[in-house]
Parts: sequence; structure tokens; C-alpha cells
Amino acid sequence: MTGLVILLVYIAIFAVSAWAVKIFVQRRQDKHDFTSLKTVTFGDESAVTPNRIASVVSIVTIFLIWGAFTGSKLVPFHVPGPFIGDTSFTYTAKNAAGQEDAATAYVTVHRIEDQATVPEIAPGEGFAKDIGAKVGAWRSGLIKVQSNDEGGNDDGYQVVAVDGQPILPGGEVSVADGRVSMTDKGTLNFTPKKGLQMEPIWMPSPEAVWNRFWEIAKNGYQNFSLAQHLGSSLMRVFAGFIAGSVVGIPLGYAMGLSGWFRGWFDPIVEFMRPVPPLALIPLVIIWFGIWETGKIILLFLAALWIMTIAARAGVSGVNITKIHAAYSLGASKWQIMRHVIIPNSLPEIFTGARVAMGVCWGTVVAAELVAAQKGAGMMIIAASKFQLTDIVIMGIVLIGVIGYGIDILMRIAEKWLVPWKGRS
Amino acid sequence: MTGLSIQNISMRFDLPNGTSVQALKNVSLDLKEGELMSVLGPSGCGKTTLLNILAGFLAPTEGKIVLNGETVRGPGPDRGMVFQQGALFEWMSVRHNVEFGPKMKGMPKTERDIVTDSLLETVGLGAFKDKAVYELSGGMQQRVALARCLANDPDVILMDEPLGALDALTREKMQGLVLKLWKETGKTVILITHSVEEALLLGERLVVMAPRPGRIHKEYRLPFAERGVAADLRAVKKSEGFSETRDEILSMIWEMEEEIMGRSEAAV
Ligand SMILES: Nc1ncnc2c1ncn2[C@@H]1O[C@H](COP(=O)(O)OP(=O)(O)OP(=O)(O)O)[C@@H](O)[C@H]1O
Ligand SMILES: [Mg+2]
Repeated sequence: MTGLVILLVYIAIFAVSAWAVKIFVQRRQDKHDFTSLKTVTFGDESAVTPNRIASVVSIVTIFLIWGAFTGSKLVPFHVPGPFIGDTSFTYTAKNAAGQEDAATAYVTVHRIEDQATVPEIAPGEGFAKDIGAKVGAWRSGLIKVQSNDEGGNDDGYQVVAVDGQPILPGGEVSVADGRVSMTDKGTLNFTPKKGLQMEPIWMPSPEAVWNRFWEIAKNGYQNFSLAQHLGSSLMRVFAGFIAGSVVGIPLGYAMGLSGWFRGWFDPIVEFMRPVPPLALIPLVIIWFGIWETGKIILLFLAALWIMTIAARAGVSGVNITKIHAAYSLGASKWQIMRHVIIPNSLPEIFTGARVAMGVCWGTVVAAELVAAQKGAGMMIIAASKFQLTDIVIMGIVLIGVIGYGIDILMRIAEKWLVPWKGRS
Repeated sequence: MTGLSIQNISMRFDLPNGTSVQALKNVSLDLKEGELMSVLGPSGCGKTTLLNILAGFLAPTEGKIVLNGETVRGPGPDRGMVFQQGALFEWMSVRHNVEFGPKMKGMPKTERDIVTDSLLETVGLGAFKDKAVYELSGGMQQRVALARCLANDPDVILMDEPLGALDALTREKMQGLVLKLWKETGKTVILITHSVEEALLLGERLVVMAPRPGRIHKEYRLPFAERGVAADLRAVKKSEGFSETRDEILSMIWEMEEEIMGRSEAAV
């Protein structure tokens, strides 16, 4: 239910902001650069540049929705939250003698994390006595009127109506701040209104995640500091990636330069390529154990095939006229390798490296979910066992931020090291 | 014995489907040192194949190439190549492209710099030494390719449609440059082209090839290259004999093309 509302709100914001930006922002711009003067943009991929306003609105929207649906204090408006406070409903009971009497149930609905006391209630007149009870928000609670009423445990006693509406075992009626249902045994069960906000153990508010982040940044989590957790994941990725490159790139070159190497390794590479690294986890654990060696070997395997294929493609991508030109200029085989083949393959290798880093980062998190003493994946799996959803979300955000950061750094390095990419 | 000698070259490609293509049959030619020869012919008559054999990238099925008394057995720095495009190294600056050959030979840096600087001056790219080659226009890139080839000081320069990818104006300027370089350096040059005009302007000798099998159809000795060294190329085009020779060669090639078309239609 909440999920559907969020989806609808999200789509609405998407559409409305697109419309608003079109009306209020783009009308006023008077640009005359090449792209803005194009009349055919639909289908011209080069004319599609990311709208930066859309990116900002997109991120702000996520935070607003997140805040609005978790009751965040950072967000000025919220969807209706769960009912919190005191409420009451009346019920009518019939005793063994067939007499009817009404009484009131006073219920205090409180946040789970807050302590609450059952309200003290004067019993009142008749055999049905007024009763007090407490129920946690987003929960439900039995209102045991039988044990409170005179003769409530006698055969023939039953509650026949709630707030004047007749009720039978298995039935349900709405009351002011929630619903009252009756169990098959005739006990009343009160469920306060949940509203549309999500419970913190499902989805904590942004500030809860932020606070948790500071807390863990300061005090660490599960015997290790945050830097140690993230650093150990990164170290594994780098170790695996570098090992994979050191073996994979020369192997790829050899496959690109020698028919024997290509024939020998083609079946192996093509066979291993579609096997996702995650599928190797069980075997790697059996062979190398669950600790550091196993993880680095797993990441090595994840990077190896990608780098091999990238290097092979880099060699096959050399324009034959360049090789011919180099031979005619008197270059030796080794000089052609060093001055033509290697630089020419660098763009492909960089593309491969970016893919490999992404795959390695994803794989290390997954491997840490299986077993680890420290690491980004270990943090979230350990937290999930204690239903510490805020740590889980914090971990996911950090994993995403670091993965994104790695890719940005790789792209910067690429621009700097292979400026000729895509320019031949 | 100096000069380049093409001795009875034949080239047959065996195709995977069992048939074979006779790309060249009994081609013989002798070039003296410093001669400038252009090669014309309809598409598919084996011009590129001949050039690749000269460069040493292909071994002919029959015959041999002898350069300065030595049989050619593979590519080497004595035969420089200028390709149509895409042969420059994008990862090197203009300067590093030009000094590639000398550097591979192990020429010391100071000497390399002198060679590179003077050649880049000659081709009019002195101001672009440290640019990346992908920042240059197509015509400038071909000038770099020429300079790179010359920097290596080859005995023979082989060009396969070096100006084919350029626009008409740039092409005209480059033709002048090629003539100037030929005269200044005294190199033996073989130039393949699709443009009859270019072949006339840039050939002391002109060879017209015929297809199926690729062979030399007719050979001319022409005065226009000599004239072009001294005068403006446009004037040369208007000079005596130019348009007559052009028309003669054009109709010759036209007939060959007709024949090919007719033959392949008949085959269908
Ligand atoms: N590697 C090869 N394998 C098979 N046949 C080939 C090969 N290279 C060239 N040929 C054939 O040899 C013949 C001559 O080709 P070549 O490329 O030398 O022609 P060309 O005169 O350079 O043509 P163009 O003017 O179009 O460049 C063609 O019929 C071609 O199909
Ligand atoms: Mg050709």
C-alpha cells in the first residue's frame, strides 16, 4: 500500500517537474550553441544531453520522499503517520445470564522505543468493566476484556458489539483510531491506524541513517572502525584487480599475437566469461577457505577474464596500416609491441579495467556477505541480523558511493592517460 | 646497381571456396633512382597488391623485387609508406610521429630534433609540433605522414592514394607539396591514385594497369611533373598536351571499366 503511494508520488513529481522546468526555465534560455539550434533532436543521440536540473530534482525527490514517508524532521511535510496517543472504544458484552452491559476500553498507543504505562481506569458500573491497555504503534494488541469483566470467563459470555456495531468471532469493525477485530476465541484485538509512514525497522529516516553513520565513524562497528571496514573491502578489490590485470593483460596480448595462445586459451576464456564470479564463491570457499586468500582469489578470477578479453580486443583492434607503417619505418617486433600495440590497446584496457573494478567491487561485497570479520558487506549482513536497518541502509549507500567514486576516478585517469580514445 | 626493379611479378590469391584470383600477372618495371611514377587503373586491378609486394608486406607467388641490388624479403626502412589515412599514431604528438623512424634506429635526440624541425618546417607544420595528431585536419595529417616518411630517409617512397581522402582544394596544395618534396629530396616515388589528373601531374612516368589479371596496360613518359616543379599546377593543367593525354587515359580506363561491368553482367 505504502509502496504504491510512493510510486505514484514519484511519477507525479517526475512529470510535474519536467513540465515546470520546461515552462519556467527553458523558455527563458536563449542559447545559440550547436545543439540547441538543432531542430531534429528526437533520435539524434548526440543531442540528448543529461538535464542537470532533472538530476538535482531527482536526488532531492528521493530525499523528500524518503523523509516524508519516514517522519523525518528534516522534511517540512509528511504523509500521515501512525496513530500515537490515547484512544478509546466502547464494547457491549453479554453474560451467561443473557444480560447486556457496555463498557469502554482506553488504549494508549505508544512508539515501540518509548516506555508506556497501562492507563489506570476506574471499573465503572455493571458486569462489564472499563479496561485500560497499551499497544505499540504499527502493532496490534489483545484487549482481554474477559479477564477484566465479571463472569467474563463463564461459558456463554461474549462480546457482541464494538462502538455499537455488532461483531462476531473472526469479524472486524473500524473505530475512531484503528480497527478492532475479534479472534476466533472471542478476544478483542485492537490495531491502531498505521498511516502511510514506514516503521523505522523497515525504513529508518535519513537523519537516523546519518546519525548512525557518525556514530559508526566515531566508534566503529563490531570491533573495527568504519575506515577499517571499507578499507579492507577496497584492499581486497585492489589486490584482486591488480592480480587479475597482471595475469590477464599479458595473457590477452599473447592471445592477440599468437595463434597457439589464442587456440589454447579461447575455450577457457569463452567458457569462464559467462560464469558469474558469485557462482564461484562456493568452490573458492571449498578450495581456499572463507578468509582473505579465498576472497582475493575470487576477485582475481572476476578481474582476470575481463582484463584478458579487453587486452585481446585491444590487440585485434590495431589498424593494420599502423603496423605496416611502423614496420616500414624500421621498427622491430619489440618496438612495435612497445610503441604501437600497447598504446593502441590502452583505451580498450581502460574500458575493461572500469568494468572489472565494478564487478570486483560488487563481488567483494557479496563475498563478505558470506563470511568476513570486516568489510562493507560484513557490516550490512551483521546489522541485518539485528534488524539494524539504519546500518544496512548506511552500508548500501556507502557501497554505492564508493563504487561510483571508483568509476569517476577511473574515468578521470582514462581522460588523462588515453586522451586519444575514440579519436582515430 | 641502384634503382628499383620489379621482375616478372605474379600474385595469385587462393580463396577459401577453392577458386583463386589472379591479382597480378607478369608485371615488370624498372625505376631509376629519383624517378617519380604514378600508377592508375580501374578498381581491383591490383595496384594495392603491387604496392604491398613492393613494401614487403606480401610475398609474390612469382618473380621478385630488387632494390639497389638486393632482393626484397620483407618490410624495411629503405621503403617508406604513405597511406591514405589512419596510419599516424594518435598516442604521439606530431613531433613524436615524425621522429618515430629515426628514434627506432637509435638516432640521438639532438640529431632527431634537427631532422624533425626542418621537415615540419618544410611541410608547413612548424607551429604544430606539439599538437596531438587527432587535433589536425585531414590535410595536415597527411603532411605529417609525409614528413614522418621522409624523416626516415628511405630510398623509395610508396604512396597508396595518399591524397584520396582530401577535399579538392587541399588536394591541389598537397600535390604541389609532393612535387616540391620529390624535387628537393630526389627520392624514387611510386604513387597510386584514382585521379587521372593527379596521375598526370605527379608522374614523370605513368603506368596504366588493366584488371583480370592485373597487368601493365600502357606506359607513358610525361613532361608535366617537371613543369609543375617550376610553375603553378593550374597553369600546368592548361599547358600543351595535358588535356589530350587526360582524355586519352580517361577513355582507356572507361573502356576497361565498361568491359568489367559487361563481363560481370554476362557472368550473372
Ligand atoms: N587478401 C586478399 N585475398 C583475396 N583476394 C584479394 C586479397 N587482396 C586483394 N585481393 C584481390 O586482388 C585484386 C586486386 O586487389 P587490389 O586491392 O590490389 O586492387 P586495387 O587496384 O588496389 O583496387 P582499388 O583501386 O579499389 O584500391 C582484387 O580482385 C581483390 O579482390
Ligand atoms: Mg587499392
